[in-house]
Amino acid sequence: MIYNEEYETLPREVLEILQLKRLQQVVSRVYHTVGFYRKSFDEAGVSPEDIKSLDDLRRFPFTTKQDLRDNYPFGMFAVPMSSIVRLHASSGTTGRSTVVGYTKRDIETWSELMARCFVAAGLTKNDMIHNAYGYGLFTGGLGVHYGAEKLGASVIPISGGNTKRQIMILQDFGPTAICCTPSYALNLAEQGEAMGVDMRSLKLRVGVFGAEPWSEKMKNEVEDALNLTAMNIYGLSEIMGPGVAMECQEGREGMHVFEDHFLVETINPATGEVLPPGEPGELVFTTLSKEAFPLIRYRTRDLSRLIPEPCVCGRSHYRMERVMGRSDDMLIIRGVNVFPSQIEAVLVGIDGLDPHYQLIVDREGTLDTLEVQVEVNERLFSNADEIKSLQKIERNIIKDLKDFLGVAAKVKLVEPKSLQRFEGKASRVVDKRKI
Amino acid sequence: MKVEQISIFLENKPGGLENVTRILRDANINIRTLAVADTSDFGIVRLIVDHVVDAVGVLKANGYTVSRTNVVAVEVPDQPGGLHSILDVLAQAKINIEYMYAFVERSGENAVMLFRFDNPDAAIDVLLKNNKTVLPGEKLYSL
Repeated sequence: MIYNEEYETLPREVLEILQLKRLQQVVSRVYHTVGFYRKSFDEAGVSPEDIKSLDDLRRFPFTTKQDLRDNYPFGMFAVPMSSIVRLHASSGTTGRSTVVGYTKRDIETWSELMARCFVAAGLTKNDMIHNAYGYGLFTGGLGVHYGAEKLGASVIPISGGNTKRQIMILQDFGPTAICCTPSYALNLAEQGEAMGVDMRSLKLRVGVFGAEPWSEKMKNEVEDALNLTAMNIYGLSEIMGPGVAMECQEGREGMHVFEDHFLVETINPATGEVLPPGEPGELVFTTLSKEAFPLIRYRTRDLSRLIPEPCVCGRSHYRMERVMGRSDDMLIIRGVNVFPSQIEAVLVGIDGLDPHYQLIVDREGTLDTLEVQVEVNERLFSNADEIKSLQKIERNIIKDLKDFLGVAAKVKLVEPKSLQRFEGKASRVVDKRKI
Repeated sequence: MKVEQISIFLENKPGGLENVTRILRDANINIRTLAVADTSDFGIVRLIVDHVVDAVGVLKANGYTVSRTNVVAVEVPDQPGGLHSILDVLAQAKINIEYMYAFVERSGENAVMLFRFDNPDAAIDVLLKNNKTVLPGEKLYSL
């Protein structure tokens, strides 16, 4: 089934005319309303009039995560705050998070795209959707929520956490669909089994999973554990939130990028060179319809590959393969995005700590774990000859990581100079996960 | 009247303590007594040695985090109620003990315990007023 048959099945040549028209509008609009873009276009020697075809976009500069940070909080907004009806933000210490805004029309677009996702996953207004994405600044919860309402489905706004209660509601309310990270789905299955609940005989028939990298193998595990069809969804808050691309139940191979609203390019992450569709590389998005927070050539750092071949479902929109990795050092721990630099900022903010640390990422059972190893130093130890003082430092680090970054970490104090020292680019992450 | 103690931060792993004792052996430093406090991940080794300055120097040179702390050595009568008589005096004066451990040598007929107080001066004062014997560092090292 297709939610918006007209736009989702536009013949490519018509779609590209629509894209060009929207691209010209958005490029012109950001040039006149966002100081950052005026400066960056001027510096690159390009102007909105240069866009005569979709290929002309290549001459325009990229937008990076750092640009968004530099313009924290509202510098990238293209409309006055009076037109903004919603703000979301990525996790981060002060000044380093990314704030995104939405106009009323942006929320309507987003809701429609999420409704398209649900229909692509085989859901209708008769379904009941258990939404275990976090509600709040994170785009996952509310994005899914509005889409489910737009579709007319019954939504359970359970949010994240409180797993036992979730399992009770899954049994008692009998939702037919669930939205969460794939690792949380596995965690629900495990805890349910431990509580003696037959998690395979719930009414769930579809799961819409995303917000973290997962493999085909993990997909099979989730499908087996919960006896449902696991569908992959893609999105990022900078571009909109969940609902930038969605797998269809007819094809089940790659996620359709909603190309009437987003222009997608693949680039070589090292050189920035644009690659032909079908080549693996880093995905770069330009928003075509967003009013409040339009982005031109935003580098996602997500590595994937576009599938230009037509899909059996009839949608004309290109598909993207599941994200294979990152071209930067961002970690995704239980759906929370964290950069090592953010963890470093938290550590140096704690009195007496040096930025000598190492991050060990692993997966215990179904849940990602993050261990932060920090070196003890003279300063810390001279006043802390007691176990309880050192344990207090450990607790402070854990609390600050939770408060500032929203990530649950284990902290291990290690001997001074026992961690590797780096010349040049440090590689402080050991990722033991086999995804 | 205080005794200087060395504390070393150690990760909980095989060979951790062995490395410390080897460094001290090679520097010809005698460990008079030692106590280990541990958690699942790390531990603190507390040492009374015959040459504090040399020991700290050689340990730091080998990359260890070392701190020096003052502890108080108290003679404890080697008989039932011996330790209690000391703790009783401290409890009545509301003096908190952070930790304590035993010295391996006797002082005459008495055992010796090492105490870490958050306020060692006040503790010494109370002990002396109650006729308890507090051993100064020089005396302890030569026992």
